[in-house]
Amino acid sequence: MDLQFNAEERAFQSEVRGFIAKNLTEEMKRATALTPSVFSDPDIGMAWQRALHSRGWGAPGWPVEHGGPDWTPAQRWIFESECARAGVPNVNVMGVKMVGPVIIGFGSPEQKNFYLPRILSGEDYWCQGYSEPGSGSDLSSLKTRAVRDGDDYVINGTKIWTTHAHHANRMFALVRTSDGPRQQDGISFILIDMTTPGITTRPILTIGGDHEVNQVFFDDVRVPVANRVGDEGKGWTYGKYLLEFERGSGIASAKLREGLRAITELAESDLTGRAIDSPDIATRISEVEVDIDALEMTELRVLSALQTGQNPGAVSSILKLRNSEIRQAVTRLGVDVIGHDALAVETMRPLYKLNHEPALPEDMLTVVPEYLNGRAYTIFGGTSEIQRDIIAKMMLGI
Amino acid sequence: MDLNLSDEQRLLRESAERFVAESYDADHRRKMAGDPLGFSPAVWKQFAELGWLALPIPEEFGGLGGGPIEIGILMEAFGRGLVCEPYVATVVLGAALIERCGSTAQKQASLPKIADGSMKLAFAHSERAARFDLAKVSTSATKTAQGWRLSGSKIAVLDGHAADEIIVSAHLHDHHGPSGRIGLFLVPATAAGLAISDYPRLGGGRACNIELPDLHLPEDALLGDGRDALPAIEWAVDRAMAALGAEAVGIMQTLLDTTLEYTKIRKQFGRPLSANQVIRHRLADMAIQVDEARSMALRAALKADSAPVERARAASAAKAKIGKCARFVGEQSIQLHGGMGVTDELEVGAYFKRLVAFDTLFGGTAHHYARHARLGRSTVSA
Repeated sequence: MDLQFNAEERAFQSEVRGFIAKNLTEEMKRATALTPSVFSDPDIGMAWQRALHSRGWGAPGWPVEHGGPDWTPAQRWIFESECARAGVPNVNVMGVKMVGPVIIGFGSPEQKNFYLPRILSGEDYWCQGYSEPGSGSDLSSLKTRAVRDGDDYVINGTKIWTTHAHHANRMFALVRTSDGPRQQDGISFILIDMTTPGITTRPILTIGGDHEVNQVFFDDVRVPVANRVGDEGKGWTYGKYLLEFERGSGIASAKLREGLRAITELAESDLTGRAIDSPDIATRISEVEVDIDALEMTELRVLSALQTGQNPGAVSSILKLRNSEIRQAVTRLGVDVIGHDALAVETMRPLYKLNHEPALPEDMLTVVPEYLNGRAYTIFGGTSEIQRDIIAKMMLGI
Repeated sequence: MDLNLSDEQRLLRESAERFVAESYDADHRRKMAGDPLGFSPAVWKQFAELGWLALPIPEEFGGLGGGPIEIGILMEAFGRGLVCEPYVATVVLGAALIERCGSTAQKQASLPKIADGSMKLAFAHSERAARFDLAKVSTSATKTAQGWRLSGSKIAVLDGHAADEIIVSAHLHDHHGPSGRIGLFLVPATAAGLAISDYPRLGGGRACNIELPDLHLPEDALLGDGRDALPAIEWAVDRAMAALGAEAVGIMQTLLDTTLEYTKIRKQFGRPLSANQVIRHRLADMAIQVDEARSMALRAALKADSAPVERARAASAAKAKIGKCARFVGEQSIQLHGGMGVTDELEVGAYFKRLVAFDTLFGGTAHHYARHARLGRSTVSA
C-alpha cells in the first residue's frame, strides 16, 4: 500500500498544473471565487471548457473514441484535485457529466455525431429537466407528458429546479410517453431545443440571492421523435444511469479542502479579529478538516478498487452524502468565523461584476450566500434521506 | 497510489480472521474476564507460532519486518473477536520503544524474545496529574553511584501485571536537578520494591497502577544513551493509536453486523424492526461511520512513519474521528437491541465497553481534536 503517486502520475500532475497555470486567467479565478452558487456563469465556465477542449481534456470521463482523454481513475482524481486546488470555473456539468454519458451509452449514431462534439466544444449549453413541482424525491411520478403526433412528440407540463435553464440552449428531460403498470414504466428520455416555441422559463431566486434555478413550462412544444434517446418507455433506466454520474465520480474532497482553506485564512486574519484564537473555532476547523481527510481516504480507496477493475458499489451514495454534509459544515463554519460581517447583505449579482463598494471585504462576500445556497446540497441529486435509503438497501440489504 | 492489499497482506487478513472466528467466542471471552491473568498463555503461544509477535520487529532481531499496515490488519481482526492478549502492550508499544530507543545490545536482548513469545512487556507512562499530556512526567530517575534511583507512580499501565519487563518513563535528574529530558527504563517485573496493583480493564484484559518507591536499577536499565525520549514516546503512542483505531474498526464492524441481523429478526407491530425507515437510516449512518473510521485508521497507519507533525496530526485525526464514530456505533447498537442491549447476556455490551475503553485510552475525541488544531497552527506559523 502506498499513499504516494508514482512517477508517471506525478509527471501527469505537473502537466495538469502547467496547463492550469497557462490557461486559468485571473479573471476566471476571481469570478469563480466570487460565485456563491454551485455553477459558474456560462461566460466564465465555457471559456474554461474551450481551453480544456483545445487540450483534448474537454470530457475526462468519456471513452477515447468520443473525445475522452483515456485517463486512468488516478489521473482523473489528480486532474479534478488540481482543478479544485487552483479554483478553476465549473464547466457545464449537465452536458459533460450528465447527458454526455447517456448519449454515449444509449444514443443513436446520429445523436452521438451531432451532440457530443458540441458538448466538447462548448457550443451547446445543457440543462436538466427532471424534477417537477409534484415530483421531487419520488421522481418517477413525473407528469410532463409527450404525446406522439406523426414524427413529433407534443410536450405539455412543467419542470422545476432547472439549473441554468435561462442560459441553456438544450435540455434533456424525462417525460411520460405512456402509463405503465409501474410509475417507472412509460417514461422516455428526450432532448429538447430550448428555442422551440411554447417553452417559457421563470426565474426562481434562492435564499442566498442567486438566480441559478428556474421553472420551465411546456405548452404544446413539438419535439422530433428522433430526439428521443434509446427506446420509448425506457427513460427511467437511462435517467438512473445518469444519476449515478450526478452523485459524483467520487472526487469532492479537494474542493472541500479548498473551501475550508479559504475559511481558515479568514479565521487567521485580522478581519475576523483572529477568530481562530477561539478554541471553539480552532477545534471546529480541525473537526471539519478530519471529516475531509476521511472522505478523501474513502475516495482513494474507491479509486484503488476502480484501478484494479473492482466495482465500488453503493459507496457512491456515501460519498454524495458525506460531501454534501461536509460542504454544509464548511459553510456554517464560515458564517461563524466572519462574526458581525454575516449581517451585511449584498444583493447584486454577479458578485465579480459589482459596480459599487461592497459593505464587507471581498473575501467575505460569498460566505453567507454560500451557506444559504448550500442548504441545497443535501437536497439535489437525491436528498440525504434518499441516499440513506439507498445505502440501507444496497449496502445493508434492508 | 495504491490502497489495495498485497497478496501477503490478504493472506494475513484471512488467517487472522479465521483464527479469531475459530478461537474466540462468548464463552472464551467470559472465561478470560474472570481469569486473574486476563488472557490465555496458550493463545499467546499460537500468536508466536503464527509469526504475529514477530510481525513488526526488524528481521535482524528475529522479526518479520512488517509495518503499521500489517499491524492494522491484525488489530482489525482482533477487534472482531475482542482479543484480550497483551499484543498492544508487548508488540505495538514495547517492541517499538525498544527498537527506537534501545542500544544494539538492548535490542539483541529483548526483541528476539518478544518475537518468539518468551518475553512480554508493558509501558508505564501515564500519571494521574498528567492526564493525557505525554510530556508531563513527574516520576524521577536520579543518577546514583550504582546506577539509577526511580521514584514515582504510574497509572493505567496496560497488561503490566503480565509483563516480564516494564518500560518505565521518568524525568532524568542529574546533580543540578531536573534535566528536562525523559528517559525510558527497562524494569524487571521482579524488581525489589515494585508494587503492582492490577484490575480488570473495561472491555476486557487487565491494567494496573504501579508504585515505584525508590527503586534501584543498574546503569544499563536506561534504554539508549539518555537523550530525551519524548519524541520516541510520541512516535510510539501515535502508532499505538493507529493500531487501536484499526481494532476499533473491527469492533464496530461486528457491532454493525450483529445489530443489522437483530433488526431483521426482531419483530414488533407485526414486522421486522428493519422495515422502519427510522431504523434503516440509523443503520445507514452506522455503516457510514464504520467506513469513515476504516478510512481514518488506514490513513494513520499509512502516515505512521511520516514527518512528526504530519504523523501526529494523522494519529490525532484518527483517534478523534474513530472515537466519535465508535461512540455513535456502540451506543446505537445498544439502542437498536432495546432492553436486551443493556443486559450482560448479549455480547453487544462487551463490544461497546471495549469501544469506550478505546475512546478513553491516550485521550478522547476532544483531546485529540484540540491536539490536531494545535499542531495545525504550528505548521502554519512555522
